Amino acid sequence: MNGIISSLEGIYAVWLREAKIYIREKERLISSAISPLLWIFGFGAGIGSTVESIGGFPYMVFIYPGILVMAVLFSSLFYGIYIIWDRKLDFLKEVLVAPVPRASVFAGKMLGGVTDAMVQVIFLLIIGLLINAPLSPVSIIQAFLMLLLISIAMVSIGLVIGANLKSPEGFSLVINFVMWPLFFFSGALYPVDKLSPWLTYATSINPLTYGVDALRGIVLGTHQFPIYLDAAVMLVFAVIAMGLGVLSFRRM
Amino acid sequence: MVDFMVIKTESLTKKYGKITAVDSLDLSIEEGEIFGLLGPNGAGKTTLISMLCTILKPTSGRAWVNGFDIVKESAKVRKSIGIVFQQPSVDDLLTGRENLAMHNLLFGVPRNVRKQRIDEVLSLVNLEKRADDLLKTYSGGMRRRLELARGVMHHPKVLFLDEPTLGLDPQTREHIWKYIRELAEKECTTIMLTTHYMEEAEELCGRIAIIDYGKIVALDSPQTLKNKIVGDIVRIKQKVTDINSLKKLDYIRNVQEKDGLLYLSIKDASKHLQDLLMHTGPIDFVEVRSGTLNDVFLHYTGREIREAEAEGGFWERMMKK
Repeated sequence: MNGIISSLEGIYAVWLREAKIYIREKERLISSAISPLLWIFGFGAGIGSTVESIGGFPYMVFIYPGILVMAVLFSSLFYGIYIIWDRKLDFLKEVLVAPVPRASVFAGKMLGGVTDAMVQVIFLLIIGLLINAPLSPVSIIQAFLMLLLISIAMVSIGLVIGANLKSPEGFSLVINFVMWPLFFFSGALYPVDKLSPWLTYATSINPLTYGVDALRGIVLGTHQFPIYLDAAVMLVFAVIAMGLGVLSFRRM
Repeated sequence: MVDFMVIKTESLTKKYGKITAVDSLDLSIEEGEIFGLLGPNGAGKTTLISMLCTILKPTSGRAWVNGFDIVKESAKVRKSIGIVFQQPSVDDLLTGRENLAMHNLLFGVPRNVRKQRIDEVLSLVNLEKRADDLLKTYSGGMRRRLELARGVMHHPKVLFLDEPTLGLDPQTREHIWKYIRELAEKECTTIMLTTHYMEEAEELCGRIAIIDYGKIVALDSPQTLKNKIVGDIVRIKQKVTDINSLKKLDYIRNVQEKDGLLYLSIKDASKHLQDLLMHTGPIDFVEVRSGTLNDVFLHYTGREIREAEAEGGFWERMMKK
């Protein structure tokens, strides 16, 4: 019983610290509000002016679910870099010598990153209403939950990479090799049903494809896979990623 | 039945590849002792502390802290100890109070005494007025005081201090020394500290161990070490040097030559100076002073102590598995 309380308090302590830092570092908040705006209006509106509508939706609306996933993907994965800074600034030592399980430390950090990403999701859902994406109260809740699952998986991956690397430069390098393929082969920017065979193969082994598909199903009503399959794939992926995260933190 | 030792090591060893950082160390430290670890950079002090704090796993040998095995019962060891790191590990974007509150949660301080403990330690280190300011507005000395406050807040049985006063001004240092002494006397906290400052070791430590190349080369009270090893130091400038004949004299403990000067460690210089000068022949210059801990240190390690550089930070050590 004592062990459980100490584990939960450990998670809370680490999460609380992350949340406070997030609010106090204004740059983080501002950048999480601005970068998705650029994608929707800079990219979506630009391409949208030359591309015919896809599936009956303007391109800007068509890529909206993809932008949701992208925003969560980017901020979640990049969150892993803070573990390297924590280490460089020596803050992490205090946490690592504490008598709480490493799984708690990992869970606290992970939830901190998920909090960051979900704040951004809230911004984006508001923007969605403004650009007339077909959102309903139910689909907003469904989208939020699906994005939460994606965020848990991606923050965990980011933390695994961060926990195993020592320099921020190395982190950026590795994360780019992870992030861009995940993003480009996810169908976030194009529909995945009429692709050449090799691209179909690449997208079907990418777990994020199922996340994008789920979001597109929830928001636009068009999807390729059953929603329970999408959710199951993301869930399995998230569980594996968290497992790897706990292992990485134990070795730290 | 052996007396209970708060810290005990048996052939404790840590190897990094070919380098042996800590070499089958045996150590016993009693409750309430202030124990100093001295040694040149890279001697293995921080590695030893890291192992006792369960951050590093020993390559071989065993150790117990507060009666708990550092490998098998690391969680219990962690609950028994407080640590003040060489590099401050307090969080810049949190206030002093928030840093302490986080520590309370992490170290399982009972809920009903948390607030009281925070106020207690804040007043201990005179930071009450700045408690609600962000750490980034603190000076180096204030950070260190907060760190010390944090280290003792969960009432550890053993406190590890890695260079507790590195880079602090004399006033702050006096302050911190006072807290450390009080902790040992009033709370009976056992304290193990590393330092490069000889006066700190003399001021605080009941016993010191000088470590070099991962081994203990001397272990005793600072006073005994001074009396036993160096006695008095005589510095002589002279032209005819025959070190070997001087070494044969029974009251001479050690002879070193540096920059054309002879440094002699002598047992009771006032008694033997006359005799010594007869052996050296004509001299240009002579100076006699009592030996210091610094002389003891140099006697054993043979080189000047340097500021933290080669050894690297605590963290670098931790990362080199």
